[in-house]
Amino acid sequence: MSSRYYTETHEWVSIEEGVATIGVTDYAQSELGDVVYVELPPPGKELGKGDAFGSVESVKAASDLYAPVGGTVLAVNEALKDRPEAINEDPFGGGWLMRVKVEDGAADGLLDETGYQSLVATEGSN
Amino acid sequence: MLDAMGASSLEDLLRDIPAELRLGRLDLPEGLSEFETLQRIRALAGRNRVYEDRLTFRGAGVYRHFLPASVAAVMSKPQFATAYTPYQPEASQGTLQAIFEYQTAIAELTALDVANASLYDGATALAEAAVMAMSHTGRQRIAVAPYVHPEYLQVLRCYADGRGFDIVELDESMAIGPETAAVAFQQPDLLGSMIEPAGLVEAAHGQGALAIACVDPISLGMITPPGEYDADIAVGDGQQLGLPPSFGGPHLGFIACRTSLTRRLPGRLVGQAWDGKGRRGFVITLTAREQHIRREKATSNICTNHSLCALGAAVYLSYVGPDGLCRVAEAGYRNAHILQSRLTALAGVEAIRSERPFFSEFAVKVPDPVAVLERLDRAGILGGLPLGRWYPDLDRALLFCCTEVNDDDAIDQVVEVMSQS
Amino acid sequence: MTEPLIFEKSHPHLSAPRLPAGSKGQGEPLPEGLRRRRSPRLPRISEPELMRHYSRLAALNYSVSEQFYPLGSCTMKYNPIANEVAAALPGFADLHPYQDEATVQGALALLWELERALAAITGVDRVSLQPAAGAHGEWTALRMIQAFHRERGEQRDTVLVPDSAHGTNPASAALCGLKVAEVRSAPDGRIDLGDLEAKLSPRVAALMLTNPNTLGLFERDIRTAASLVHGVGGKLYYDGANLNALMGICRPGDMGFDAVHVNLHKTFTTPHGGGGPGAGPVGVKADLVPHLPTPTVEREDGAFRLDFDRPASIGRVRTFLGNFGVLVRAYTYILAMGGDGLAQASEDAVLAANYLRKRLEGVLELPHEGPCMHEFVASARGLAAEHGVRAIDVAKGLLEEGYYAPTVYFPLVVPEALMIEPTETESRTTLDAFADAVAAVVGRAGEDPEALRHAPHGLPIDRMDEVSAARRPVLRWLPEGDTH
Repeated sequence: MSSRYYTETHEWVSIEEGVATIGVTDYAQSELGDVVYVELPPPGKELGKGDAFGSVESVKAASDLYAPVGGTVLAVNEALKDRPEAINEDPFGGGWLMRVKVEDGAADGLLDETGYQSLVATEGSN
Repeated sequence: MLDAMGASSLEDLLRDIPAELRLGRLDLPEGLSEFETLQRIRALAGRNRVYEDRLTFRGAGVYRHFLPASVAAVMSKPQFATAYTPYQPEASQGTLQAIFEYQTAIAELTALDVANASLYDGATALAEAAVMAMSHTGRQRIAVAPYVHPEYLQVLRCYADGRGFDIVELDESMAIGPETAAVAFQQPDLLGSMIEPAGLVEAAHGQGALAIACVDPISLGMITPPGEYDADIAVGDGQQLGLPPSFGGPHLGFIACRTSLTRRLPGRLVGQAWDGKGRRGFVITLTAREQHIRREKATSNICTNHSLCALGAAVYLSYVGPDGLCRVAEAGYRNAHILQSRLTALAGVEAIRSERPFFSEFAVKVPDPVAVLERLDRAGILGGLPLGRWYPDLDRALLFCCTEVNDDDAIDQVVEVMSQS
Repeated sequence: MTEPLIFEKSHPHLSAPRLPAGSKGQGEPLPEGLRRRRSPRLPRISEPELMRHYSRLAALNYSVSEQFYPLGSCTMKYNPIANEVAAALPGFADLHPYQDEATVQGALALLWELERALAAITGVDRVSLQPAAGAHGEWTALRMIQAFHRERGEQRDTVLVPDSAHGTNPASAALCGLKVAEVRSAPDGRIDLGDLEAKLSPRVAALMLTNPNTLGLFERDIRTAASLVHGVGGKLYYDGANLNALMGICRPGDMGFDAVHVNLHKTFTTPHGGGGPGAGPVGVKADLVPHLPTPTVEREDGAFRLDFDRPASIGRVRTFLGNFGVLVRAYTYILAMGGDGLAQASEDAVLAANYLRKRLEGVLELPHEGPCMHEFVASARGLAAEHGVRAIDVAKGLLEEGYYAPTVYFPLVVPEALMIEPTETESRTTLDAFADAVAAVVGRAGEDPEALRHAPHGLPIDRMDEVSAARRPVLRWLPEGDTH
């Protein structure tokens, strides 16, 4: 398994052979509460790094999702349509959101595990 | 009370208000007793002319119908009338279940999948449908068929001018293209004529646009509903479902759509839910679309809608039932056709667009509309609406309307007065 | 206690009630292809069963008619019965909106008088009675402000809203195609003038504000804020949600606001109806008057007429003349109260809120210093930290005690917020009993927090599984076996 990188808006990305898998972090899902709905882009859509690509909703909140990397959407996690709770249960696994075709160096400038953990520590203490 | 809280005076509580902002005296008359108040109010009401139900032949958006006494009785129950928006489901099941039943009735009536808890009126419902279509398609143009109610069109334009989208009026050339978000039409149209919606819906879908049908809810007891001709969104005004004309409001706007558009709906939606003991109940749901959560990204700014009027509409639809609604529609249709054929047989009265089928309203040309209306008025009759106010080319036309409340005597009277020219 | 759906009570073979049949003559048949294929599956139910159904549903609601309803920001005061009598008079209820003006002089006179009364109360020049609700009024006001700037060829695309604002403010701005920038609250709960100044620019179309603000605090620096916004050419919009604190005491127009909306279903005692209909008239200062929606009611030589010839108008914001029945109720209330009575009402509302606030000192956290105006915000932050009992649990506990719940989790700037607005129509006895109930619930938070987290019990239903309801929404009834 390749290593994960993170955004300040709590998305994660893991890149393998030019394909990035993207999701939201465990911290994000716990802050949001029970996820009831996810809106994702259609496959084939071109995304720029940092573009809003969808949203995730709980009963009392909604968060926009921002692309950690730019590229072409290859697939979205269709299983989330019927079971959005997968995001709560397994945010880094079965709760993945989409796969994007990326260029080399797409993850440049993103947070690594340590960087992200210290971000979460700061936010949690506020 | 001031003592109990250790405040010296009311002024002390108002100390945050700068002195220069304080108002010396509110410039309004002294208050009145309930007796005097209602005397004044009755005097104002007495300065208005009320036409009998059966002698009213004017519609164009607001209609006289039989109002079952049960509708007003339910609407005036204080547990419905004086409750707030049902934010606490445990203490609001009455309102929530009534809205769920209303949503079901509207979905059935329009033959679409889902309806919301209500909007302000038919015109704002049309504007909200246009906004839905634009977010769904990512396009910025709404094509509107001819003879949509002019006030609906004005409201739609006011929304369009603000948000920055285009309204194009469809002529014969059918200017529907890849930039069109939706095609909107009214069935029956303002002149009462029934259009052929299937062609418009097909043209819209052919360009990837949505089809918005603005419909008369009574007519749906009888004529093809939007879901049967494949429209994506249906809107309309619910005044006819048991509510008095009341000089134009409050009534309600309704909106229904296909399941795939549910999350683009404006305003409140009530859904079924279960409690820990396995009891069925109802809650406001899919709230992440709404302004109090999504703020500037909400599907609409609507908060307070027209819940009590929606309750009234639900009571009406339950009272008449499917067969009763069909009979009300058929009576209006029959009355209108009898009146139209008798009027157009008179010398000097000309049918307008007689080649088109119509529902319960029709327009005729007369030599002198003002004189005709005056004569009708002297006989206690509210005659057809002069269409010159909106269409200069129809300046001699009157739009007559019939519902189930007009009887043979009333129809005879109109014909008699109009034959005296 | 639950009640079956009316659709589940339908008798498949019950015939329709007797209805007016209209003419006995023969009409034409409906042309082929226009008749609906499937009949709508509406209930078939007798009138006695219909009435019983709705009586049972009504009994499941809490309402102002039966319970104290301290719902902050909603002004749930008593709705006088005389208002209902007035609106139901045939001389109003049976009027067609397209009758000749000569036949509706009483109705037009009422609209004209109501406009003047609302202008006097809010300190503006003219008022449009057309908007159907508060949010609709906000949007109407922003449309006028937008028209004003456009007429001057100015490109202003930003609306400033405080972080404590109602969600409708940013949503209305967005519906006008305007961008939203937030202005921070200062630690005392009032607008941060420094932050306001930093966000001002020639792109600012308007600042939207309510005063007293959503914390129930009077914005002392409102005149300074107004001159700052006016200084860059922006307009000030007043969200009338909290006008109940100010009638006869001070006026938004005098504070520097250019446009003001009023909620007749809050301040002016028209019933809320379980979510409307309300009415959201909008008043404006002279320079926005040309942009008022069409038509306006004018008086000439003692007669009233509708003016449609207003070239700079934003157009129409709804059909006909607005929610006339609601306007009749509000006018009836204003007549009965008079200038003196309205001022007394606001003073009493402020008194009631401060009294209740005092009674809750030491019971709940009160994060902002008093005095408050007509409402105040308490916080359950301490209870949450100590016992895991959150604002929503306190709210549910109060339902068990027989009170409707305060507004919870609003404004967003106060954690575990409970926003309480008692209104002037509640007696000291009621306020005392409510304060005791709050204290009892807080006491239970310490004794048995688990029970409170599952409250309420003994109401028609317990807490609902809102998560499942939103994940797999069922938004309508379908007959058994029909998946549509």
